[in-house]
Amino acid sequence: MELLEQDFYTQAILSLAALVGLTSFLMLGQGRLLRLIFVFAIQGLLLTLATALAGYSMNNTHLYISAAITLLLKVILIPWMLEKQVFKLNLHRDVEALNNKTAVMLGGASLVVFSYYVLHPVIQDTPLVLLNALAVGLSVVLLGMLLMISHRHAIAHVVGFMSIENGLFFAAIVSTRGMPMIVELGIAFDVLVAAILFGIFFLHISRSIDSLDVDQMNRLNEVDQ
Amino acid sequence: MNWIIALLQTLLFITLSPLLAGWVKWCKCRLQNRKAPSLLQPYRDLLRLTHKQPVISHTASWLYIATPYIIFSAMVLAASVVPLIAVDLPTAASADVIVLVGFFAFARFFQVLGGMDIGTAFGGMGSSREMMVSSMAEPAMLMAIFTLTMTASSTNLSTAIGFVLNQGLVLRPSFIFALIAMILVAIAETGRIPVDNPATHLELTMIHEAMVLEYSGRHLALIEWASFTKLMIFGVLICNIFFPWGMAEEFTLSALGSALLWLMLKLSILAVLLAVSETLFAKMRLFRVPEYLSFAYLIGLLGLLSHIILEASR
Repeated sequence: MELLEQDFYTQAILSLAALVGLTSFLMLGQGRLLRLIFVFAIQGLLLTLATALAGYSMNNTHLYISAAITLLLKVILIPWMLEKQVFKLNLHRDVEALNNKTAVMLGGASLVVFSYYVLHPVIQDTPLVLLNALAVGLSVVLLGMLLMISHRHAIAHVVGFMSIENGLFFAAIVSTRGMPMIVELGIAFDVLVAAILFGIFFLHISRSIDSLDVDQMNRLNEVDQ
Repeated sequence: MNWIIALLQTLLFITLSPLLAGWVKWCKCRLQNRKAPSLLQPYRDLLRLTHKQPVISHTASWLYIATPYIIFSAMVLAASVVPLIAVDLPTAASADVIVLVGFFAFARFFQVLGGMDIGTAFGGMGSSREMMVSSMAEPAMLMAIFTLTMTASSTNLSTAIGFVLNQGLVLRPSFIFALIAMILVAIAETGRIPVDNPATHLELTMIHEAMVLEYSGRHLALIEWASFTKLMIFGVLICNIFFPWGMAEEFTLSALGSALLWLMLKLSILAVLLAVSETLFAKMRLFRVPEYLSFAYLIGLLGLLSHIILEASR
């Protein structure tokens, strides 16, 4: 099956998949929190577009609802909440010095290869070309984890966590034509609750150690040394 | 017949390249609210330089004098490999895209030697910077180009462009990445902002200008012309690989003429984009250039991966 024989929608969804992967890489190398949140919002927007296109091409109306939920939550609400937190904690001018940026990036590229290698046997036997994008979904999940490992800032960790959820959502769209509505609504609600809870956590962390740099938590002790 | 067209095409390439440089300069001047020089100013500059007597240092060896001729001829050969208005030409068939990158490397090698030959501090500094930039730009460029060649299953530029031209409009995820990587590399290789500034003679920022600082007269003219040609080659590569529509597939006068018009339209749009980006962005610190180029390499690698992952035929 050549890409040439596919209809325009499949080509467009595959291109959007590639761009979603790219935004994950952009987040990986971003030291400024506000830009990190902005790239996260862009990823949400690309996901929305991909979902709506998939809904249109498969004639599946409930994908429109999940596209609308994605737009509302991951493009508008969660980035707005995170941004408000950044301004409230006065972090918008901080630039996190990322050590080993190039190594992290190359590690990310090898994660993409790894997820392709893992999923290759699964993809091989199906005629559905859209399933090719499953590897991108898995690599977005893995890249989100790498983002959480490589960044030290708590807000960056939250963005990484949310982008893991993006990857799962994307994988669900391309492999099963969207999860059942009830599951999707549940996940969307969970993510929203998580975002609110994280906001409260930020406040507590910054109040107790006067920073959101989680490396400083290594020095917390029960007894004074 | 084909050889004559190939020859004419190369000639056209060389003669049009100062015009492109003039157009970029014109757009940039207008964007910065300055009065723009005429579009023909690069031609006048070249003519003026050829009339001047070259001043050559006593410590210069033959290498210093030979370098401008070597650079210019390498660029002419590189220009002959790139399909400008017609695909399927004998010159393009004789050398593939890896040879093209080789021509650039060859010219750069001699330019660096020429910069160090006299022994001034500037020349050596510019040469070492140029080598640092190019050592990272070349793999990134090859990565971007391999994405194209894997799609077309040929490293020959004319075959690859013909392939893209014939299959019509297909959204390829890998081509998006290859285009971004190619633009990033082209900016670094032709020494534009944010990697190098072609309009300055400030010692802290120079790369290309530092190497050619000692040259004068017709030698300088040749080097300048070679760098105009290099800019044009990269512009044509980006236009013709990613947007090849309008190129002539048969050698009739009307097809070639409309191809030329299309090409000039595409190149002038690209030049406007270049001028806008040069106006919007400031020059980077030199030590951030490796970061920029490793990003370009990463994009090229992602293009290659997305070709394998997303477009794999089964």
